[in-house]
Amino acid sequence: MFSVEQSCWFIRKVICWRAAASVAWAVLLLPPSIAVFVIISRVSLLHPIQWISECVSLLTSATAIFSFILLCGVVLIVGFLNLEYYTVIPSIACSKIALLGQLLHPRQFVSSLVHCILGVIVAWCCAVTIGGRYQTLGYPCTQADGSPQLCLNEYQVILLLAGAFVGYCHSVLGVIHNMNYVSFHTVQQYKYLRFKGSLPLVVKCSAIQALYSVRNYLVVYFFLGYVPRTWICKTLNLQLNSSLHPLDTIAGLLDFSLLYHLWISGTFLLFTWYITLLLFRIFVTEVYSFPVQSSFTEDVHQCLPKVLTGQQPAILKFLALHDLALLSQHSPSRRSEVFSLSQPGGHPHNWNAISQECLSLLADLTQRLVAHHDTVATNGRAKSLSTGSDKKSLSSESSVTSGTEDVMTPRPSVLIKTPASVFLRSSVGSPLTVPFTPDLDSPFSSPALRRLAGPVEQCSPWHGTVQSPHIMRRGPKLWSTSTDSQANSLPSSPAPVPSPTPAASKPSLLAQFLQNRKEQVLQSDCCPEPELLDQIRLLIDSLPEASSQALFADTQSHIWALEGLSYLVKASFSEDQFGVVQTTLPSILSSMLVLQEAVDRHFKLPHASSKPVRSTSSMEDSSYKTLRFALRATLKTAIYRITTTFGEHLNAVQMSAEHQKRLQQFLEYKE
Amino acid sequence: IFKHEVFDNQPFVIPLSLYFPRESLKPHSRTESSSKAAFLDHCETLWMRSAAAWRDAGLTGLLNEIANSSAEVPKWLSVSSGCVLALLQRISSFHGSLFPHLTLSSEDMIAEFSQVLKWSDCAVRAFAWHPHTDKFAVALLDDSIKIYNPKSATAPTLKHRLQRSVAAVQWKPLCASALAVACQNCLLVWHVDPCSLSTRPSSGCAQVLSHPGHSPVTSIAWSPSGSFLVSASPMDTNMMVWDVAAESCVPLQRVGGGGVTFLSWSPDGSHVLASTPAALFRVWETRMWTCERWPCLKGRCQSGCWSPDGSRLLFTVQGETVIYALTFTDTPGIPSNTKGPKAAAVVADLSETTFNTPGGDIVVGGEIQSLAWDPRGERLAVLLKGQEHFSLDRPAMIAVFKTRTSPIFELLPCGFVQGEPGTEPRLMQFHPNFQHGALLTVCWSNGRITHVPFYFLSAGMARHGLGGSPPQPRPEERPADYINQTLYTELTT
Repeated sequence: MFSVEQSCWFIRKVICWRAAASVAWAVLLLPPSIAVFVIISRVSLLHPIQWISECVSLLTSATAIFSFILLCGVVLIVGFLNLEYYTVIPSIACSKIALLGQLLHPRQFVSSLVHCILGVIVAWCCAVTIGGRYQTLGYPCTQADGSPQLCLNEYQVILLLAGAFVGYCHSVLGVIHNMNYVSFHTVQQYKYLRFKGSLPLVVKCSAIQALYSVRNYLVVYFFLGYVPRTWICKTLNLQLNSSLHPLDTIAGLLDFSLLYHLWISGTFLLFTWYITLLLFRIFVTEVYSFPVQSSFTEDVHQCLPKVLTGQQPAILKFLALHDLALLSQHSPSRRSEVFSLSQPGGHPHNWNAISQECLSLLADLTQRLVAHHDTVATNGRAKSLSTGSDKKSLSSESSVTSGTEDVMTPRPSVLIKTPASVFLRSSVGSPLTVPFTPDLDSPFSSPALRRLAGPVEQCSPWHGTVQSPHIMRRGPKLWSTSTDSQANSLPSSPAPVPSPTPAASKPSLLAQFLQNRKEQVLQSDCCPEPELLDQIRLLIDSLPEASSQALFADTQSHIWALEGLSYLVKASFSEDQFGVVQTTLPSILSSMLVLQEAVDRHFKLPHASSKPVRSTSSMEDSSYKTLRFALRATLKTAIYRITTTFGEHLNAVQMSAEHQKRLQQFLEYKE
Repeated sequence: IFKHEVFDNQPFVIPLSLYFPRESLKPHSRTESSSKAAFLDHCETLWMRSAAAWRDAGLTGLLNEIANSSAEVPKWLSVSSGCVLALLQRISSFHGSLFPHLTLSSEDMIAEFSQVLKWSDCAVRAFAWHPHTDKFAVALLDDSIKIYNPKSATAPTLKHRLQRSVAAVQWKPLCASALAVACQNCLLVWHVDPCSLSTRPSSGCAQVLSHPGHSPVTSIAWSPSGSFLVSASPMDTNMMVWDVAAESCVPLQRVGGGGVTFLSWSPDGSHVLASTPAALFRVWETRMWTCERWPCLKGRCQSGCWSPDGSRLLFTVQGETVIYALTFTDTPGIPSNTKGPKAAAVVADLSETTFNTPGGDIVVGGEIQSLAWDPRGERLAVLLKGQEHFSLDRPAMIAVFKTRTSPIFELLPCGFVQGEPGTEPRLMQFHPNFQHGALLTVCWSNGRITHVPFYFLSAGMARHGLGGSPPQPRPEERPADYINQTLYTELTT
């Protein structure tokens, strides 16, 4: 878990304070939101004066203050969870089983549990505030035999359980939609304006989300409501009032005032949490201006070149790159520091460190793309043992490997070369990803799995060999190697998956639904198959374009590196007095061109260029889904920025003939 | 760094003038509901009709449907929906009385706020030079866009289902292929591969950017760095900043003014001019996206243009015949506390003047439709609206000024550009990188597009070799300038 002692100065001095400030603002926003909640929950248009006076007296009462204190505690804990679970690199589950793994992870379990409890607390506050029949858990009543007893107030139970359910849904949906992902906005705005701009969205999202959660909750309560009710009755020794309708009947649930209060309470709960999340996102992603150089040696580790090259917290690296992109665009004085020479010695240390780091980022991405392309080109097979340690090994080696070897591909080596592994080493940034996602996330990992996860339309040979051999003949090009190796690999293929069989035997509701959907699709497809196999396949099937998303999960850093480099190079045309940029210009250009080639190739793959569906009315930040398009556009613009600035002078730059030719295309605006 | 050699031996090849006869272009006359009349009336249940009304016209449609079918619904329902409908109409008419432009239809609104003179009957509705090459795009009356490139024989035609009533087109800077189109209901960004030989790129090449309530789009502007696209609609108080690659947008809302009509991004990328339908315009600073409010006295800001270094903004106000200037001194990047200027200065008065010419007296002047400043900051073209008065006919005309920004700002009259008899200029734009001076492209009312070159020495060189401009070949395409000598003489004031 999080420990202040081990974390770096940046987390300690900046991120923690930002998180604290965001929580403080969230607490400050509580009183107005409570007031609005009270007014809305007690609305009675027929008696407006009584309504207002009741609200005022309630807001000044002791219960209101007590629930305010409770809610402050809730917001504090939610803020702490935000800080604990946030990540700047989303963990993208490439298949349903990976998603299931994420959901069942102990860390996530803790989070869900905490959210449930917090939900109950908020719902209790709501119950007390709404008052009336929701006020207490027990009330005195007379049984049929006339003896006075303490009865269970089911109205409060249903509200408290609704809080728990909405809290649980919030935490589960948070995993599915990557709610803990913090994205950086391309348009800079002041915090207040950004908050003001997002506020209507937050209200809308929480209302809609609460509506859906309450609907699902009512269904659950209708079927299973008696379980918690009898349990509470037993433990608290309360009686059920037999003269009243139980609420888990249709007549009991069709109480509009009850539904309204459930919905309002759910909205209030989600609103306070979303506000906390929104403020956290806004505060954490605020630009931090790092000094380019410092005259004091003790501050050197806080300077931009040092911070950029460090790997530790991903957020620090991201903020440093963001700062670099901004300074290269907007700040001539800071640019001049980048271009300056060291005082004794006259070395361009700043520029060297910055450009090297940016170039290595680009090279890393290029390598990743090439490796992914190779994996896909060989249809997911093939990375033999040696490829585990050597990324550049040619794909030709691969065709020799046998199926059993495929399955045995050691995962430790795979772990190291996962796309986000550079950043994953810091468990602060993305703790959720560690045990489950990397091996499934990674496009290079467990080839057997990948093979199974091939697109349905291709009629992958696995089904072919099992089911109907004639299908094999339809797609022989896809699988040119011997079929027996695949047959070998088949029975043990689910092995790398963390427990597919139990999961398959009791698929979640979601999986069931998705399976039904898929079956409809499959009916028109070529391969009918037994249900069990279908379920397993469904779980390990890679979600379309998820591998592409996972590949570009941290691409915001590359986008900034490209922008920073290109703007600095452009500025160097007039500002670089010592010509420090000239020495690295060829490598910058060639690495950009190589990356351009790799990106172009990647976009020719299926699913890579399909646009994800835009979801506008949700708190989920889906910007990671479009990062690859942003990268492609930024890359082209970056190259054009350099070519338009330097023009014909670029012909004098030493480069390979192929790159010269490519560059000429850019000079003539033909790309 | 790049000094332009003026004395080239081979004459510059001026792009061909194009001619789009008004008669050959068929405008879209189809409206959304007109096809309904062609079908027989079909009896549907109330539920179906309500659902269709909700889908087509939202809440008002639903209420209208319920109020109209009083025979089928309970009386209280039809009466209450009629009341709600009346209330909504009251509110919207009150809103409309605050902002009169909201009552216009979207075609009229585009015509009202467009930079093009008399947009609705214009054969050429929008024109855009590519910022780096000699390529240009022309949007025509029939809602198609044609792209002409002197280096290629093919002229692709872009058509899209959503490409209706094009108000503006602009090429993305630092990119060869992307063209943004402001349409009636959305924004389109076409990706036209410059190497492709296809004459009809499929509509799959276009990205559709839309946001609820953000239509019709009357103005768009790319940031000079090519990273953002801003769009404006008079119906929407939000100005949208689009990240085109990700198809996401950030709405920047300022309620005052009731909408945004015209956008212009300064060439250095630091400011954006955003005018509103009310007597108010804003100048946004693009680093943190904050804005300065500039209330005008008389009318709305009709047009504006930036000097090449982004330090000076010229703008005109509807109902006035003068050009104002604003100077922004803060260097980009250093957020200074000192705000820009406190008031705009009048730099030119274009009120009616009579010129004695050999052909008779000509009256020139009046309100200004649009402004264009050449990329080197030496020529300013002003499109005058003209007036068809019963006694005195004042044609629309382009007046050209010489400008100089350093050491002090100077604006000197230079000449007029007039078309063939009976035609008037509708739209103009300077070529972004003409080697020998400035090249003004004018679209005329008869559908012709011509290019008017101005040959001159760059300011830096002119100071060394003073005197008049060098003698230049007079291009054939140049329309009759009745005092075209002034184009080439230094005024000695």
